[in-house]
Amino acid sequence: MNPFAAVGRVVLAFFAETGRITLFTATALRHCVIPPLYLRLLFRQMLVVGYYSLPVVGLTALFTGMVLALQIYIGSSRFNAESAVATIVVIGLTRELGPVLSGLMVAGRVASAMAAEIGTMRVTEQIDALTTLSTNPFKYLVVPRLIATTLALPLLVLVADIIGVMGGYLVGIHKLGFNPASYLHNTFDFLQTLDVVSGLVKATVFGFLIALMGCYHGFHSRGGAQGVGKATTDAVVSSSILILVANYFVTELFFAQ
Amino acid sequence: MTDLRAMTGTPKIAVSGVHKRFGKKVVLDGVDLDVARGQSLVIIGGSGTGKSVLLKSILGLVRPDSGSIKVDGVETVGMSASAREDVLRKFGMLFQGSALFDSLTVWENVAFGLVQGRKMKRAQARDIAIEKLGQVGLGPEVGELSPSELSGGMQKRVALARAIATEPEIIFFDEPTTGLDPITADVINDLIVACVKRLGATTLSITHDMASARKIADRIAMIYKGRIIWNGPVAEIDRSGNDYVDQFIHGRADGPIKMDVLKP
Repeated sequence: MNPFAAVGRVVLAFFAETGRITLFTATALRHCVIPPLYLRLLFRQMLVVGYYSLPVVGLTALFTGMVLALQIYIGSSRFNAESAVATIVVIGLTRELGPVLSGLMVAGRVASAMAAEIGTMRVTEQIDALTTLSTNPFKYLVVPRLIATTLALPLLVLVADIIGVMGGYLVGIHKLGFNPASYLHNTFDFLQTLDVVSGLVKATVFGFLIALMGCYHGFHSRGGAQGVGKATTDAVVSSSILILVANYFVTELFFAQ
Repeated sequence: MTDLRAMTGTPKIAVSGVHKRFGKKVVLDGVDLDVARGQSLVIIGGSGTGKSVLLKSILGLVRPDSGSIKVDGVETVGMSASAREDVLRKFGMLFQGSALFDSLTVWENVAFGLVQGRKMKRAQARDIAIEKLGQVGLGPEVGELSPSELSGGMQKRVALARAIATEPEIIFFDEPTTGLDPITADVINDLIVACVKRLGATTLSITHDMASARKIADRIAMIYKGRIIWNGPVAEIDRSGNDYVDQFIHGRADGPIKMDVLKP
């Protein structure tokens, strides 16, 4: 066992994988702009990704908003800054926790389903069947998922922001004894457009990454049930990691402004 | 060879010198094969001898390392994606596991090539799908079911209906009877022969089921270790004078053929 060979293999495999993902992304994007676009499938994916994710994303946001209010109250009360609770809750949610937690929940729900469905289609030759029926599998399978998830995630995050703030509000009023009017006042007075917009930009990027990883791993799965299982795991893990990495870089992009 | 070609015209499919390797494993090692217009050629051979890879190379699902594949005299190796789509319109394919789309109903599966590939109106495509289902012995009520509700033999019939729905000039059958009981297998064979005759299509099939091969073939070619080792009319298969062919058609464990353990 030569340690250099082992390291070399890992490095080569990494670059090979990066190259494959880049090519896959380029092909997918090219097919996004070349007609035909399957609108029926696009709407169906919007429904599956967007609408059916609402309960999961809503519950995540509700409890995150609630716990945020409690924790910030504990912290801020140590230096008599309890009035900052509402402001920090809304900024924390819109800039950071709304998009990241929604992204991770949707990654678990959607990237896995995409990888499993497309992966099963791959190993049962359904993708080859599409090709022989004069239908491009990128156009039929990848493009609708990519566009739908990229569009749906910002909308989901907008809903998550609202529900999260409501969670904070409920705890603030009923548990911490804030005055409703002043809590709402503090929520909206210091909120800037950029706080919300930066979160929605993040959500757009995350949505793209989720669908890309789900489709990529499904498309390249091989070897029966075990291969599909691996593709599903890889899709969730890689999309979650990419969300966290991309989160930093998008935050840095907006930091200067 | 020139004389033969002059008599029968350009072969529908002409494969020459096709090589393909996956890693170190050589799967196709210089395949030469012509399929004449209107002919039914069956390729026989053991598992892992490159039958499926050859079929997929002709369809462009696998890219050969070298060699030439011509369809109606047009070179298809290295063809652009859009030109490939035009060539594929001539083809229909019956997959080994049927490969029906489980998110669609049976009639949508059959009509898929008409609706997506040929931009036909759904209502019109539906009528054709019901008609094609009738040709494979299935009633219109089956059209509303989902493929997962059907037995393996029924799925094969639907897959056959899907393969012939666009009335292709060339039809490929990938192990059409594998996994079916002998009676159902014979029904599928009869349907294949009837459908092909009705369309006048050129067909290329791969199988290791000799009963099926004898029934649907005009000519039989045997592939072994990535090469065509015998090729002749179906009537001559029993006196091929080739030990490999003899061993295969009689299904003997002893003989010149040793089966590979690893997949290509």
